[in-house]
Parts: sequence; C-alpha cells; structure tokens
Amino acid sequence: MIRFESVTKEYADGTVAVDGLDLVAPNGQITVLVGPSGCGKTTTLRMVNRMIEPTRGVISIDDQDTAAMDPATLRRGIGYVIQHAGLFPHRTVTANIATVPLLLGWDRKRAKARAHELMELVGLDASFARRYPHQLSGGQQQRVGVARALAADPPVMLMDEPFSAVDPVVREQLQDEFLRLQSELGKTILFVTHDIDEAIKLGDQVAVLRVGGRIAQAAPPAALLEDPYDDFVADFVGRDRGYRGLSFRHAELEPRVEPTVLLGERASGEGWRLVVDDQRRPVGWVEPKRLTGAVQESDLHRGGTVARIDGSLRAALDAALSSPSRRGVVVDADGALIGTVRASEVLALIEGAAS
Amino acid sequence: MTWLQDHWSDVFELLGQHVYLAGVPLVLGLLVAVPLGWVAQRLPRLRTPIVVGTGLLYTVPSIALFILMPSILGTGILDPVNVLVSMTIYTVALLTRTASDALEAVPESVRLSADAMGVKPLRRLFTVDLPLAVPVLAAGLRVAAVSNVSIVSVAALIGVPQLGQLFTDGFSRDFMDPLAVGVVGCLVLALVFDLVIVVLARLATPWHQGRTA
Amino acid sequence: MSLMWSWLTDGSHWHGNDGVLLRLAEHLWYSGLALGIAALIAVPLGLFVGHTGHGRWLAVNLTGALRAMPSLGLLFIAYMWLGDHLRGEGAFLYPTELVLVALAVPPILAGTYAGVEQVDAAARDAARGMGMTGRELLLKVELPCALPLLVSGIRSAALQVIATATLAAVLGLGGLGRFLLDGLATRDYGQMAGGAALVACLALLVDLLLAALQRVVVSPGLTGKTARQPRVETRQAAP
Repeated sequence: MIRFESVTKEYADGTVAVDGLDLVAPNGQITVLVGPSGCGKTTTLRMVNRMIEPTRGVISIDDQDTAAMDPATLRRGIGYVIQHAGLFPHRTVTANIATVPLLLGWDRKRAKARAHELMELVGLDASFARRYPHQLSGGQQQRVGVARALAADPPVMLMDEPFSAVDPVVREQLQDEFLRLQSELGKTILFVTHDIDEAIKLGDQVAVLRVGGRIAQAAPPAALLEDPYDDFVADFVGRDRGYRGLSFRHAELEPRVEPTVLLGERASGEGWRLVVDDQRRPVGWVEPKRLTGAVQESDLHRGGTVARIDGSLRAALDAALSSPSRRGVVVDADGALIGTVRASEVLALIEGAAS
Repeated sequence: MTWLQDHWSDVFELLGQHVYLAGVPLVLGLLVAVPLGWVAQRLPRLRTPIVVGTGLLYTVPSIALFILMPSILGTGILDPVNVLVSMTIYTVALLTRTASDALEAVPESVRLSADAMGVKPLRRLFTVDLPLAVPVLAAGLRVAAVSNVSIVSVAALIGVPQLGQLFTDGFSRDFMDPLAVGVVGCLVLALVFDLVIVVLARLATPWHQGRTA
Repeated sequence: MSLMWSWLTDGSHWHGNDGVLLRLAEHLWYSGLALGIAALIAVPLGLFVGHTGHGRWLAVNLTGALRAMPSLGLLFIAYMWLGDHLRGEGAFLYPTELVLVALAVPPILAGTYAGVEQVDAAARDAARGMGMTGRELLLKVELPCALPLLVSGIRSAALQVIATATLAAVLGLGGLGRFLLDGLATRDYGQMAGGAALVACLALLVDLLLAALQRVVVSPGLTGKTARQPRVETRQAAP
C-alpha cells in the first residue's frame, strides 16, 4: 500500500506542482493518476521513489516512511516503467531485464533464468533474448521495460505513461496484456496517464487531478462515470458517459435460441441466418435468398460484434446494434454460441438494473 | 613589441601569403565538397566509399602530404602550389561529410513539397536544399578554416613563406618575439576567418533567427 | 617518385642507428606516451563534465581554442621556455611531450563528454529509477554508451599526435620526422619522400587499428542505426 499524507511539492520560483495530496493506493490494485498537463501527476509518481523529493508531507509504503530509506535501496524494491522504456541500448534484452537482480547481487545464472521467465510472462518470444533494443519495435521495447521492472518481483510498481508512445492498436494490446498480467501477479500499481479512457479501462481506483496538484475526485471508474464530483471532473471524463458506464454493468442475459447453419452447407429461409463452424463458434451472418449453393467464407457478413454471456451490458447492447439481423450474438467463455439477444431486451435489463 | 614595429611590412607580407594559402583552399574545397556530398547523399551506396575515402585523406599528416605533392604534381619542392593543393584536399576531406550531412538535414517535408510542385532535382538543389543546408555547412566551414590556418604554418619547414616562417625564424635565432607574433597572428587570422564565415552565413540565411550553427 | 621507392627499398635504410625501424619505434614511443597521458587526464575529466554538466562551457571553448593553435609554433615556444631549465635529451623530450599531450587532450575530452551527454535521457532516468547509484550509472550505462564518441575522440587525438610527433624532429628528436628533415637538409628527396610516405602509412595504419578497436569494444547494440550519432567536432588540425 502506498500512502500520501499532505504531500506537497513546491519549487523555488513558487510554482506548486502538488498541493497537500492525501491518497491511498491500496494493495494489489491499480491506482491511476489522471489529469490535464500541469496537474502534477508525474511529479507525484516520481516522489514515491524519490526521483523528486517532496517539500512537505509523508509518503509511506506499507507504513514505512520512504524518506527514511536510502534512495537506491528504496528504488530497487520498486518497479519503474517510463514512457519511452529507457532500455539500455548497449545491452541485450536479457541483460536489460536482469539489471535489478544483478544490482541486488543475484548470481548470473539465476538472473538469466528469471529474465527468460519474464520474457515469457510479457509475451516476448525467446528468440528476442539476445537482441538489442534498437532491433525491437516500440511495443516490444515496452514489454521489455515492463519485464525489467518486474524482474526482482517488487511489490510496488510505478508506471509513467508506459503505453503512450505506441500506436493505438499496439496500445490496446499492451493494455489488455497488462490487465491479464496484473490478474496473475496482483501488484500494487501507481499508474500515470493523460488518457481518461485508459484510466477508466485499467484503473481499480482513478484519481483525477487538477492543475496545481489537487485531487478533484478519487473513485472507482464506474463511480467517476456515473457520479462526477463537479464540472471539471465531468468535462475531463468526457462525453458518452452513459454508454461508457455500461462497460461496468452486468446482468443476467437471457439469450434466445438461434437457428444456425454450418459453414459449407446449404442455407434456407427468410431474413438472416447465423453461420457457425464445426465447434459452434459463430463466424458471420448470411441472407439465404441471396445465395446459390453452399455457404462459403466469402458470403459471410461479419459486421456484428460478439458478446460473452458474462460480459458487460455494453458489449451485449453493441452486439445487438451491430448485428445485421439486429439479433446480438452471445457466446460462452469458449466462444461457442449460446443464443441471441435483441436491443430491446438488453435495454429492459439496463432499466431494470437501474431501479 | 618593437620587433613587430620594425618588421611590420614583412609580417604583413607573410600574413597575406597565409591568407592566400589557407583561404583559397577553403573556397576550392567547398566547390568540390558540395557536389561530392550531394552525390553521397543522393546515392546511399556511394556514401560510405566517398565519406570513408575522403576521411582517409585527412588521416595523412600535413607535412607528409606537402612533401609527397611534388612527386604527384611534378612541381618543385618550394612551390606553394603543393601547399595549395594539399590544403584543398584537406578541406575537401573535412567538408564532404559535412556537406552530405547538411543536405541530409534538409527537412524531408520541404524536399517532398518541392518535388511535388514540379521543381526539378538540380534546380531544387540550388534553390531549396543548399540555402537550407547553409547553417550546417557554415559550421563545417568554420572548423575547416581554423584548421587550415594552423596547418598551413607547418609548411615553414619546407620553406614556403607564410606566418609559420616566423616560428622557424624565431627558433633559429633563439628569439621569442617573432614566435609570439606568429602564434598571435595565426589565432587572430583564425578568428577573422571564423567571423567572416559567420557573417556570410547570416547574410545567406535571412530567415534564421540567430540560432547558433 | 622513383627516388622515393629506391630509398625505401634500400635495405640498409631500415636497420641500424639511423634506420626506419628504430625511428618508427621512437615515433611510436613519443606518440603512445603522450596519448596515454592525455587519455588519463581527459577521460575522467570528460566523464565528470558529461555526467554532472559542470564545466561544460569551459570544456567546449577549450576544445575550440586549441584547434586554432599552430602546433609548430607551440613546439618551439615550449622548447624555448622549458628547454633552458632542462638538461640532455630531456630538454627536447619534455617540451615535446607537453605539447603533444596538450594537443591530444581536447579531442579526447570533447569525445568523452559529448559521448556521455548523448546517452538516451530515458535510459538514464530508468537507470536512476531502478536504483543505480550515481557511480553505477556512470560506469554501467553512461560510459559504455559513450564509447563510440570516446573512441572517435581518441582516433582524432592519435592522428594529431602522430602528425605533431613528426614535426618534433625539428627540435632534434628522433622519430620518422627525422627522415623528412634530414632529407630536406641534404636535398635527398628520396629520403624526404620516403619518410613522408612512412608517416602517412603509419597514420593510416593506426587509424585503421583504432577503428577496428572501436568495432570490438563498442557494444553491437550501439552501432545499429537508430538515432544518428551526433557529429562532434573532435577532428582537429593534423599538422
């Protein structure tokens, strides 16, 4: 757990970057600091590992005052991931990852084995082990950066806009994998971003900061969307709050049975038919009266998204809205078809859940 | 500094020779290096051989080059042309890489806009690339100028008259004054060349806002 | 040309008290000594300037100023100032070594501090954030990453020193310059040209050797083309 007690950072020329911050980042959770430029989020992060020293106030990790510890020792116990990875260009991927363990005195063999273990964990193929950073793409470099931070298995991680410097497709992949990693590892993470959507997606707790370093609201993301504290937070969180909030809401979906046709067989009937593969996984929709002969892959209409039975109401609603037949496909955890829902049914659930 | 007052005209003449021997190669060298640099930048395959080749030339110590020149050019050993050609070679060696880098440094977006507007490559070179390359070229030229001024003085050992002769004179007569005058003269001359290049570069780039080259 | 070849191919010129091999050894001794001393001074100094940022202005301007110094003049001045107080061979050697070291320090200094400065700021931040002490940062990250520019500074310095050591013959020292000056005095063009060719070859060989050293010593992760290495003006007047 990271605790901030009245933490302030004031510079010599009078600028106040952080103003009397009180915050607790609970164990095993991702706490996101988000806000506009100049709100002090990065400054706050860097005060935890004393890259910047607070002017006033106390920061403690698991009730130990960070100011009382030797900075280098403190930092070796905290994972640190920054925006452009900051990999050492003169060292291989393995050597980069093994940095902190070696600093801590592990023997080479153990450190190397640990590096390989982590490469697998972050989804890097073993063939990358002896490559150099300049041979890696931005996304790959960031994975190495995360692996490097995890190497000595620190309980706490500080992450400063780690996914901002990559393109949106890669960013989404990294975010998803990061969430998967966290579900396995359960670290206490303080995460800084300027992107409210990233904050909402990743955070267990989101602290919105104002310019001048004060917390406007600190709450779970659903609460931020449903109940913003003031206009500043409401504006910062942005539009479409209702829809976005649906991502956090779940209900018992009751899909109806949907007739299907197997890929490669002939289809018949009016309207749209759902096509599945031999494992009952939906692959697309077809209109039988437009077909001649058996259903081919090229005949498939793939517009509809697919919702999981245990997924959010937002996914279910989107499945219904995007499907050409207006029947949203619902699948189980293995991706096999359960049935379909209509938008009106999902809306009824939404309204029912609200009351 | 009575010695200086007494020998002012001699020193002046040597200074003139020095300016000639250090300055002319700068111009000639620039005229050779820019096309070479342009070729190196346009044809990346040739870049390494050109840059490495010219770099190797710079490796040869000047006194050695001054002495070997007569056998290459067929001139007499005392002929200042040896020095002139050698210095030009050094200047080219220093500037080719700079020219290539300078042309490389022209922003891609500017180059592409010019091409897209239908400006032919050669015309683009003169109207777009070179003007924008002036700052980097000027920086390289300043280094070459200062370098040249000090290298030329070595030619005193083979008897070619210029400021370096004050060194050999002073040494052979165990007299410090000419030496001091010679060194100061070289430094002042280097400074003057430097300033002239800076001014010319400023004039050639009216859009620049006093950024240091 | 033919004069030069006949002198070079004459076996008697290679051995003995006045021979090429001896002169070569002397030349290497003068140059190597100066380079070693200069590196001992300039590398730690450059690391300090690059790492802390103190004294940068001084380092930059010193490098620039020394480039303008005519080495021949410096040799004479050094000798005339110091030579009076020294006896024997030392009277020629110490002033020469002093000038050689003075000429070698700026390029090595410039290469070193520029090399440290251009180390990726993110890598430095990450290193500190991971818990490296200042010293560990310097030795494990900044120094290895600074090597390309550092070695190129040493290459520059080596050329400078070899060239100036050639001139030292004018003070009565040995080295390959002896052939140039003796040849000049006796109007033996073959000897002059032969000596000049030898000096040129030595310079080229040393440069190639140092380039090879650069390949060996610098991490392959640094030679890959990511950001263009900033061009540092470490090349100086080779007299």
